[in-house]
Amino acid sequence: MSQRIIVDPITRIEGHLRIEAELDGNTVKDAWSTITLWRGFEVILKGRDPRDAPLFVQRFCGVCTYSHYETSILACEEAFGATPPPNARIVRNLINASQYITDHIMHFYHLHGLDWVDIVSALSADPDKAASLAREYSDNPYNSSGSHYKAVQARLKRFVDSGRLGPFANAYWGNPSYKLSPEANLVITSHYLDALSVSKIGAQMMAIFGGKNPHPQTLVVGGVTSAMDLSADRIGMYLYRFKEIEDFVNRAYLPDLIMAAGAYKDEGLAGQGAGVKNYLCMGGFPLTDDWSRTLLPKGVVKGGDISKPLPFDRMKVAEDVTHAWYEGDENLTPWEGKTEPEYTGFDSNGNVKGDGKYTWCKAPNYENEPFEVGPLARFVVGYAQNDPNIKPLVDDTLKATGLPATVLFSTLGRTAARGLETKLICNHVEGWVNELVANMKAGDTRTWTKCAVPREGKGGGCNEVPRGGLSHWIRIEDGTIANYQAVVPSTWNCAPRNKAGKRGPYEEALVGLKVAKADQPLEIIRTIHSFDPCMACAVHIIRPGKDVRQFKVR
Amino acid sequence: MGRRSEEDSKKNVDLYYRQIMKQCTAHMEEQDKTLPPARVDFREALREGGVTRRSFLKWTGAMTAALMLPPIFKPLVAKAAEQFSRVPVVWLHLAECTGCSEAFLRTSYPNVDDILLDTISLEYHETLMAASGYQAEACLEKALHDFSGKFVCVLEGAIPTGLDGRYLTLGPKGRTGLEIAREATSKAAMNICIGSCSSFGNVQAADPNPTNAKSISAALGIPTVNISGCPPSPQNFVGTVLHYLMFGGLPALDGHGRPVWAYGQRIHDYCERRPHYDAGEYVEEWGDEGAKQGWCLYKKGCKGPYTYSNCAKVRFNDGMSWPIMGGHGCMGCTEPAFWDTMAPIEEPISQKPVGGYSANARADTLGLALAGAAVVGVAAHAVATAAFNHGQPRKQDEDPGNCHEQE
Repeated sequence: MSQRIIVDPITRIEGHLRIEAELDGNTVKDAWSTITLWRGFEVILKGRDPRDAPLFVQRFCGVCTYSHYETSILACEEAFGATPPPNARIVRNLINASQYITDHIMHFYHLHGLDWVDIVSALSADPDKAASLAREYSDNPYNSSGSHYKAVQARLKRFVDSGRLGPFANAYWGNPSYKLSPEANLVITSHYLDALSVSKIGAQMMAIFGGKNPHPQTLVVGGVTSAMDLSADRIGMYLYRFKEIEDFVNRAYLPDLIMAAGAYKDEGLAGQGAGVKNYLCMGGFPLTDDWSRTLLPKGVVKGGDISKPLPFDRMKVAEDVTHAWYEGDENLTPWEGKTEPEYTGFDSNGNVKGDGKYTWCKAPNYENEPFEVGPLARFVVGYAQNDPNIKPLVDDTLKATGLPATVLFSTLGRTAARGLETKLICNHVEGWVNELVANMKAGDTRTWTKCAVPREGKGGGCNEVPRGGLSHWIRIEDGTIANYQAVVPSTWNCAPRNKAGKRGPYEEALVGLKVAKADQPLEIIRTIHSFDPCMACAVHIIRPGKDVRQFKVR
Repeated sequence: MGRRSEEDSKKNVDLYYRQIMKQCTAHMEEQDKTLPPARVDFREALREGGVTRRSFLKWTGAMTAALMLPPIFKPLVAKAAEQFSRVPVVWLHLAECTGCSEAFLRTSYPNVDDILLDTISLEYHETLMAASGYQAEACLEKALHDFSGKFVCVLEGAIPTGLDGRYLTLGPKGRTGLEIAREATSKAAMNICIGSCSSFGNVQAADPNPTNAKSISAALGIPTVNISGCPPSPQNFVGTVLHYLMFGGLPALDGHGRPVWAYGQRIHDYCERRPHYDAGEYVEEWGDEGAKQGWCLYKKGCKGPYTYSNCAKVRFNDGMSWPIMGGHGCMGCTEPAFWDTMAPIEEPISQKPVGGYSANARADTLGLALAGAAVVGVAAHAVATAAFNHGQPRKQDEDPGNCHEQE
């Protein structure tokens, strides 16, 4: 007997996402993911000064606030023919590091944590046992002691007793798919509260060189504007905060991750939530001005075959709209992107029309196949390429947990890769700071390369951002924007079926998933959250041209 | 004679404020009885957040001054801070980017604004809440029912009104953002627009506005308090709620529905680079010697002369920086329709005609003219806000968020 369940809104994400799943008994047989908001940025960008595009597209999303900004600048720099000087490259890496570290911490605790951690169960924990448990995973666990855990418990209890749970109300507490012991739940819940303050430090780090957070405002085509911030005191302020946040990563985030991985390893080993097993990444954190070397890898792995890493070619990226609320069914590259909205709504039962068009999200593809992007993709590709930074991090973790490499292909693997990536980036921040200082000391104070808006030109910025491979594509005519497209990580991951009927990464990851209680689809939420969805980013901008308001509603 | 009349007038002012204080005190005592019980103990939260009694008093003094109230109001501000966490809040996400929520989650620490926002009674907030789907919808329905007429509705995001609102649907029943916002705002005690999207439409409403996105006020035909900015400073939100708790009403608003205490000053007038403007020292090119010396950014398109906000004073992220300090210049994000009227962002505005002002108007003369317009707006809005708190719909042409469209 099959049953259709709808989860809308999916909370603890940026934006508006709906999931419908067909259940056979307690197993997901089929799934559809739908984005329910469309804003139409691309129409708005046409005819504007190309230098305005980066600040415009930054507003795709206040969470990935730096990601679109930098990637749009990269697209413009190709079109303008400008290469920023080393100081600008390093300052951008430092701002980007604060974006990554803060994002990943916030995701693990505030957006994803409650899928693994049962807050109500933490109430019955023994605080002293919780403190010894924390010491099993770290020599010096963050903000941890029996008395502290007791205070946290008391705080939670008052919250529960008041009868007004606020943001914790109506969740799936007590669901059998929660596997952590009460003590483990208490340790992670306590760090959930600590992480609220810690993420503010990351925001301050961004503001030092970025002017503010969210929506920093110091990047320009050709460089950065924060020339006055390249001083000893500002760099010191940044480093001091970095040390604080790195400390949290080492003593809270990573130990908690390993603890959770132990409790949920069976799901990981069973490959729950694996999805399409095609992984793609475009390179991020340039180590050289020409991007010939990057910290985050660039490449492709198909069908989970890590013995055959393939090169990434940006010209193979295309978007299919067969099942998206746009006209037609062509599969076009971003520079030629042709899409006009065609909203067909839901069926008479209020369900999505799965055979037809059912989302505002396009289906990006590479060689006609759906691909997953994000930290897991970067780690799978890096591992396959024998990356000297990534391979040892993964191997050490697998050795410590006694798990095989195949555990990566799962919901758990996705969450683990994000934690390891945070460590990877932390390992490089001080090196960049030293490089910046050495460069300034040697007398190079340049922050900008002279450039001007070209009459004609085009550029495609390909970048790795916290949620995955991001590309922005600009075409300039008569000195203004003629066409602008962004192919966004959450668009890759949230893609609907393609023309051949192949499911997108979210949809595929849900198929075969076991749901303990149909009215509490915890497992579905957990798998979707493991991708770190960001819907405002994913929902597409369309090609300029027709007046959208004229389109009929069918 | 001069001395005597001065003393008299001082006495009168004193009497005036004491009368207001009496009213406020009575109002707050009444409120104490009707607000839901505290979920967290505020004093304890302060202690846990590392805020000493002394720094709390310091904050109280600063907030009182920021709200343009005399020091005798300090105890009332402290009391309002205690009541703050008891006000039920329903926070709706519409066509937006969550940047405003992010700004709130990441306010400076450890300070009182931060703790107030940490302890706020969020009955519904999609980014933070644990529940999803039907359970989340149930939370919203319950909050609207249980706290009808009592909750503060915070609106983040514009409302796409094209396709009858179906560019944005929410919840298992697929209701439009327009319907949900209409229902929630009609039951709220106060509607606060957070950020420039809900205040003025912002980026999705920029020309040619493909989804016909509108401010809350324009889409629903209701008055709102507008805390504009992309994102705004969290302090401006906190202060507005405190004012509401003390007076049971709104602070003075300008012609665009913005609290005057936060948006009454022009960025240009409080800018740390202003002396360089007066001395004629400008950054001519990114990264030049002037950029390294912190000279004025007017020639690189800074819109500080046309923009009203307290950014220069409060800055962002615990005073860490702000765009002009970052060497970029202001893009005018607290003003209606800034994407269209102030673009290109890197060009000075005097190179193109704006809103009927001549192309040759200098920054300072234009600023003066705009300041005049804002004062007129304050008076006009005082009339409009009389209808506040009861959600009485007004015609769209009276809507403060719409003012720019008529200019």
